Amino acid sequence: MKVLVCISHVPDTTAKINFTSDQKSFDKNGVSFVINPYDEFGLTRAVWLQEKQGATVTVVNVGTAETEPTLRKALAIGANDAVRINAEPTDGYFVAKQIAHLVKENNYDLVIAGRESIDYNGTQVPGMLAAMLDWPFVNACVGLDINGDQAEVIREIDGGKEKSVVSLPSVIAGQKGLVEEKDLKIPNMRGIMQARSKPLSVIEPVDADLKTEAVHYEKPAPKGDCKMIDPDNVEELVNLLHNEAKVI
Amino acid sequence: MSVLAYIETWEGKFKKTSFETAAYASHLAEALGTDAVAVVINASDDPAQLGQYGIKKVYRANDAGDFNNYVWANTIVASAKEAGAKGVVVSGTFGGKMIGGLAAVKFDASLITNISEKPTSVDPLVVRRSAFSSKGFVDYQVKAERFILSIIPNGIGVPAPNDASAEVVDFAVVADNAPTVQVKDVDRVKGKIPLPEAEMVVSAGRGLKDPSNWNLIEDLAEALGASTACSKPVSDMGWRPHSEHVGQTGIAINPNLYIAIGISGAIQHLAGVSASNKIVVINTDPEAPFFKAADYGIVGDAFDVVPKLTEAIKAHKANQ
Ligand SMILES: Cc1cc2nc3c(=O)[nH]c(=O)nc-3n(C[C@H](O)[C@H](O)[C@H](O)COP(=O)(O)OP(=O)(O)OC[C@H]3O[C@@H](n4cnc5c(N)ncnc54)[C@H](O)[C@@H]3O)c2cc1C
Ligand SMILES: Nc1ncnc2c1ncn2[C@@H]1O[C@H](COP(=O)(O)O)[C@@H](O)[C@H]1O
Repeated sequence: MKVLVCISHVPDTTAKINFTSDQKSFDKNGVSFVINPYDEFGLTRAVWLQEKQGATVTVVNVGTAETEPTLRKALAIGANDAVRINAEPTDGYFVAKQIAHLVKENNYDLVIAGRESIDYNGTQVPGMLAAMLDWPFVNACVGLDINGDQAEVIREIDGGKEKSVVSLPSVIAGQKGLVEEKDLKIPNMRGIMQARSKPLSVIEPVDADLKTEAVHYEKPAPKGDCKMIDPDNVEELVNLLHNEAKVI
Repeated sequence: MSVLAYIETWEGKFKKTSFETAAYASHLAEALGTDAVAVVINASDDPAQLGQYGIKKVYRANDAGDFNNYVWANTIVASAKEAGAKGVVVSGTFGGKMIGGLAAVKFDASLITNISEKPTSVDPLVVRRSAFSSKGFVDYQVKAERFILSIIPNGIGVPAPNDASAEVVDFAVVADNAPTVQVKDVDRVKGKIPLPEAEMVVSAGRGLKDPSNWNLIEDLAEALGASTACSKPVSDMGWRPHSEHVGQTGIAINPNLYIAIGISGAIQHLAGVSASNKIVVINTDPEAPFFKAADYGIVGDAFDVVPKLTEAIKAHKANQ
């Protein structure tokens, strides 16, 4: 079984987000980047498939050379090899198109991605990728078992869960629950050493139409002051919520 | 030309956020000088009522069977083509997230997600979306001939209904070549508003100390008619289900009122809740970072303040 795990390279969750002074792009200065938290769940799940079901795990990122440390980290966590598609992604469609091309050339049985990237919160790539391949697609996946050529999945639905079976090859977009937080694999010394000599290939992108263009970036308006209320006077809070905020 | 709204249902009933997609499509259609139409799949509610939110005509596709995102996407795209739609408006619910990417490829459209405001401009079409987990906004210009816009539930809100009625036509479900999905089991929490669609959310963190104390939170939520949520460590420890975890790596919400109890306000937590209209923070520590993101704050012990607040809310409701 060949598993491809899509890895998005995103600002660390504690990063302060700034935009360039012309408000035309995201300012990466001083920001450290990590594996997208949603992708960490998928990566650990894929490494389990490798350990227990003999899968080979390839990780892919569409990005410039600066994303290689993130791919090396994924190799240290246990992926067999990595592919970087050498381009600055413009939107979800562009990324999906690149990964679709890679998948068509390499016959993967399963693609695991994350529900969303925490940078642009696109929630776009995996669904588009699936449609480009005509493969089943399950989003917000919180449980995945592979039996032969079938995937038994549990996904989050609005106010509950749905269990279903899809056939492989499929695209699965996961989140916490695919594996539990405490089970997430983190790189150990041996993994880091091995990762240095694991293959990381760089391929050039294919053409993709421009579907959307980011034209302006802006930060939310700062919050006004917080009104403090005496703990012995909660009626005052109720009064403010009703008369001032008009939310109750 | 037209703009099509996808009307999602919940056990056959229209979801509140579906009225938002209807209203958004109507607004956009009007700005573009055209009509808003809609598609409903497996609805038991009467589609004619969508006229109240500006929809002129509804394509009703029933008998779609169990949820299959390809069948849904195909049907939405086919009805959009039938209606000569320039674009489709969907809601960013879990259902919407199963469909959006598929529909965008099948409709050969620009996809913009996470939208909480009406378009910035219609010619060219530029739409503001929330990004960087609510730490920023990005305006996107649609570059393709067609578009799919996915709006955040609770983002623009449901406008007051008028008394118009929509024309309803039957439409055939489009199942061709869809990969099969066998749905085995659907486990729905009964009678609870799904968190992303809740108008009010009462949320608690590690400050509550033990899962057995959650009755305080549930009582307050019940008094308000709110949904409940929690911080990440609370769900990681299994005190509350994963589905209640809000924040950067959980569910992002933007209710009208968010009450945070015993939550410190870490940046990752704020990332998922700062888009809320009004935020109330109850915390023993006056230095808790959450107060900086709050509209109203009480420095106090949850075990003392929350029961009093619940009573005060009940008293307020009784006086209404
Ligand atoms: C990659 C990553 C992603 C993350 N994603 C998320 C996320 O999506 N969502 C999220 O929530 N967190 C997330 N976190 C975790 C986040 O950094 C914080 O650790 C977490 O939000 C803290 O939860 P808490 O506020 O419940 O607990 P604590 O930080 O322990 O805070 C408890 C608070 O309760 C107060 N308190 C104590 N007793 C009482 C009392 N009796 N009455 C009132 N107040 C009391 C304390 O003063 C304190 O402020 C993430 C972390 C990482 C590294
Ligand atoms: N540049 C990228 N390279 C590889 N995978 C990506 C990239 N961008 C997004 N993905 C994958 O798609 C998922 C959803 O991302 P998005 O659609 O951008 O929210 C991520 O969790 C990744 O698994």
